[in-house]
Amino acid sequence: MTEKNWPLWEVFIRSRTGLAHRHVGSVHAVDAEMALQNARDVYTRRGEGLSLWVVPSSAIVASDPADKDLMFEPTASKIYRHPTFYDVPDEVGHM
Amino acid sequence: MTETPLFRYTLRLADNALVLGHRLSEWVGRAPVLEEDLALGNLGLDLIGQARAFYVYAGEIEGRGRDEDALAYLRDAGEYCNVLLVEQPNGDFAATMMRQLFYSAFAHPFFEALQKSRDATLAAIAAKAVKEMAYHVRHSAEWVIRLGDGTDESHRRAQQAADDLWTYTGELFEADAVERALIEAGIAPDTAALRASFDNAINDVFDEATLQRPGSGFMQSGGRDGRHSEHLGFILTELQFLQRVYPGAKW
Repeated sequence: MTEKNWPLWEVFIRSRTGLAHRHVGSVHAVDAEMALQNARDVYTRRGEGLSLWVVPSSAIVASDPADKDLMFEPTASKIYRHPTFYDVPDEVGHM
Repeated sequence: MTETPLFRYTLRLADNALVLGHRLSEWVGRAPVLEEDLALGNLGLDLIGQARAFYVYAGEIEGRGRDEDALAYLRDAGEYCNVLLVEQPNGDFAATMMRQLFYSAFAHPFFEALQKSRDATLAAIAAKAVKEMAYHVRHSAEWVIRLGDGTDESHRRAQQAADDLWTYTGELFEADAVERALIEAGIAPDTAALRASFDNAINDVFDEATLQRPGSGFMQSGGRDGRHSEHLGFILTELQFLQRVYPGAKW
């Protein structure tokens, strides 16, 4: 018997109330069809979803944690990008 | 008091679902991978849910105060009337998936037809079950295809499972006096009419799986009249243990 692991897939679910698919976890599966079934069986047992995506984990291009400063530090000083400096007229109500 | 055909018919549907559901539950904690462990548990719970609905209704039809627990836990093997297919041992993973394919390839068109029953309760239970069985067909078919068209070993095991279990498929399509009375009343679907749908489903899967469909040959029968293989006794020993030792025990 071989003990080789099946490929890993990332699972995304669009919930009843959500507009976009959200990452919920991962499953092992031999191919795309089985990955979809496994995602259904592992992550939607309590009525969580209306739509499922599975993506091969190997297809995801990730940023390098070592590049954290280079990638994200520069935004820390640009508070003017947060829309918190506008006066919202009362008539607009809750945004 | 003689039992009515409707009681016996509903009890058969309940027993099929409970025994197969219990068989699948035996995999929990032992499946090859976590994902399949949950999948088998899910399939089992679908079936046990169906069994509960049928048992409750059977108890109402009988009108002697037996509830779902009394029917599930306090009848002996000879009173169980499930088909022989569902009590067959789990065997290896291929045998479990083949048994599931054979059962669900029958049950899916069956529940589709039962939705049109003149009996409103059976029709309602069928409407829920038909979606569940559609998924059982998909899951087991995809596995049978991958096992059959996989390695030499998985192919050999899948073919063995098909050859071993085929003899239990004939009983699914039998109609005795109980069933014929209900077919005439518009309550039960005529299972003979479902044969083509079953054959097509199996042929498609077997073609893709590169498996040989077993010839017609001799068909086992008798489960629906209480004549079971020795396996059912062992299933009930485990299934009924708690209620037999502590009668009336509750959660």
